[in-house]
Amino acid sequence: MNAPAYNFAYLDEQTKRMIRRAILKAIAIPGYQVPFASREMPMPYGWGTGGVQVTAAILGPADVLKVIDQGSDDTTNAISIRKFFAKTAGVATTTATDEATVIQTRHRIPETALRAHQVLVYQVPIPEPLRFLEPRETETRRMHALAEYGLMHVKLYEDIARFGHIATAYAYPVKVNARYVMDPSPTPKFDNPKMDNCPALQLFGAGREKRIYAIPPYTQVVSLDFEDHPFEPYRFNAPCALCGAENSYLDEIVTDDKGGRMFVCSDTDYCEGRQAAGHHGSLSAAPYKEKAQEAANG
Amino acid sequence: MADQNLLENDEPLLVARSLSKSFGRINACRDVSFSLYPGEVLAIVGESGSGKSTLLQMLSGQLAPSAGQVSYRMRDGVTRDLASLGEAERRFLFRTDWGFVHQDPAQGLRMAVSAGANVGERLMAVGWNHYGRIRDTASDWLTRVEIDTARIDDAPRTYSGGMRQRLQIARNLVTEPRLVFMDEPTGGLDVSVQARLLDLLRSLVAELNLAVVIVTHDLAVARLLSHRVMVMKGGRVIETGLTDQVLDDPREPYTQLLVSSILPP
Amino acid sequence: MTAMIDITDAGKTFTMHLQGGIELPVVRGVTFRVNPGECVVLSGPSGAGKSSILKMIFGNYRCDSGRIGIRHPGQVVDLATAEPRQVLNIRRSTIGYVSQFLRAVPRVASIDVVAEPLIVNGMSRTDAQARAGELLHRLNIPERLWQLPPATFSGGEQQRVNIARGFISDLPILLLDEPTASLDAVNRAVVVELVAEKKRQGVAMVAIVHDDEIRHLIADRIVDVTSFAAAA
Repeated sequence: MNAPAYNFAYLDEQTKRMIRRAILKAIAIPGYQVPFASREMPMPYGWGTGGVQVTAAILGPADVLKVIDQGSDDTTNAISIRKFFAKTAGVATTTATDEATVIQTRHRIPETALRAHQVLVYQVPIPEPLRFLEPRETETRRMHALAEYGLMHVKLYEDIARFGHIATAYAYPVKVNARYVMDPSPTPKFDNPKMDNCPALQLFGAGREKRIYAIPPYTQVVSLDFEDHPFEPYRFNAPCALCGAENSYLDEIVTDDKGGRMFVCSDTDYCEGRQAAGHHGSLSAAPYKEKAQEAANG
Repeated sequence: MADQNLLENDEPLLVARSLSKSFGRINACRDVSFSLYPGEVLAIVGESGSGKSTLLQMLSGQLAPSAGQVSYRMRDGVTRDLASLGEAERRFLFRTDWGFVHQDPAQGLRMAVSAGANVGERLMAVGWNHYGRIRDTASDWLTRVEIDTARIDDAPRTYSGGMRQRLQIARNLVTEPRLVFMDEPTGGLDVSVQARLLDLLRSLVAELNLAVVIVTHDLAVARLLSHRVMVMKGGRVIETGLTDQVLDDPREPYTQLLVSSILPP
Repeated sequence: MTAMIDITDAGKTFTMHLQGGIELPVVRGVTFRVNPGECVVLSGPSGAGKSSILKMIFGNYRCDSGRIGIRHPGQVVDLATAEPRQVLNIRRSTIGYVSQFLRAVPRVASIDVVAEPLIVNGMSRTDAQARAGELLHRLNIPERLWQLPPATFSGGEQQRVNIARGFISDLPILLLDEPTASLDAVNRAVVVELVAEKKRQGVAMVAIVHDDEIRHLIADRIVDVTSFAAAA
């Protein structure tokens, strides 16, 4: 370890100040996309360069960092970002949602309710919710400025016309503080209700698109919908195969090439915590599956 | 009822006063004044470069005049100078009480979005929040512009040119605007398709009592659709009057030239 | 009795700018009146300006001089100086015009071509179509043709559709430009009947008719336009 080769948390202090100013502005205008001078990071775009810069700018030596990727603490992306900050900032890291002060996430919000003084940092690929319908940046900015959001409903309309229901399952648009329409990044819409009135600060960083936006603690976040097609959070209708949870977000895991599959919590920390507390699912004793089956048959 | 109508019609909807626009040393439009009343169709005719498109842009608030003023009687009955409207108000006007039919439907439509959503967008923009009602209204409008409702979920890029133009019209009319601007709405269409579109426009304009400012270089279009004509040349209005007066009894040399250039039917 | 039409010293000259600005005087000093229930027939050789006078009364040609007084609900309006909006108003509720040729939108069904003037004035489509049907029937247009656009019809049939459209509304002034030109005897008789009915309703009419027999049947008075011919 030769930590002194890096400035604390990799970025230089000027850059961190610049990013902090953008973050402060974003907090002051909930849901508004603040442009910032995104830096090149030692990782490719799409791997969380925006989230990493936000984390780097807010991290202090006393912070405890958790990084998740699709809810999991142990995927490549999560591990390498966690190690990156362990090395460049020397901060403590954890996989426990409860213990973390800063949680960087890609595509999930932890199942464990967040607390005040925690910060959730989202990695955002495309921050503009209107982008797919309106390609002109000048025009989308004007639409935000004038709160012209009819177009957002056009997207939902298209969903219903095509699939009979609002098929948008992730990156489901929300209105923040009754003003700005915001893309919650590609989190499943299951997580949308957790953003509303959340005690933790939520920060969003888009590295390639050079935007930062925020939801301050205890801010109203409403998912857009139609009167006759109200917003519905979606999850697979099954308990977690490992911990038996009935209300967590599940990943579908294909187990063989004959259509076998299982559903497990996407939030690994939550799932392990429940299993440790004695909760069981149908396949929880996976290594001893045969035994379990024997028991069932006998 | 009739009296009410008369009263309402007695005040102009749109008034242009001494409108001029110069681009550097070029005077694209000089000293144009007129009043447009509810239900009245005004055709602006002239060849390319006569200033008719510049005028249309100023009238529709998309281009600031160098001199002069455009005022509009809003739905609340108050007449406002367009220049005094904020951008939000102007854009709101543009998608509620006004329509704008472009020559190229691709400019006025979202080509990748279904026809139903194209028509419904304006409704959603003014706060309609009931999918079923939006769809019913869109479907109703498709029928009115003679588009098979079975095509409601198809994107206009799968439509023919004539259908696209009719869809653009439906998209504009769904909020029941009182004033519609049209820029060569039949340009670029086959003759047979043009006839059908003109016929449709004519009946919609009469049915909805629309005021229309239509820019065209096609005198046949002006004759079929408009009550009044303004002939422009070199940025100036050189002759104006009832459409049949101007076309059957043209006074100015240029108008006579235009009229005599029409091929006999 | 107050005249429906009161023309005083009206004149019209065409200036042909494309032919080196030559002036073509058409008529001058046109002066006559038409009372309610009266049919005035304009006579004179071709080129004497009969059609031009009719077009001046309709506001289609602009007058260079004189006055064309039209009794329009409650007042007399000088058409020679009226605003375009006023002229349109007068055409909608006071003056009807049966031209020599039908000018209709290609795709509209004949019955709707005929019914349109009533619909414009606020009658329901069904009522207007019923009246249009009656007239087409009287003018011997078979019912199977009603839903077809008149563009596909023969000259005589088109002219009858045109007449039906002209006679359908209850306007107090009617201008007729050769209404019987391409009609057979049976249909000419129908037109004569229609004119008589209009007279009984108090409609003031000005007509151009070349057929001596018809002229004799419909004219209450003949105005010879030769006296208005402008010396070239």
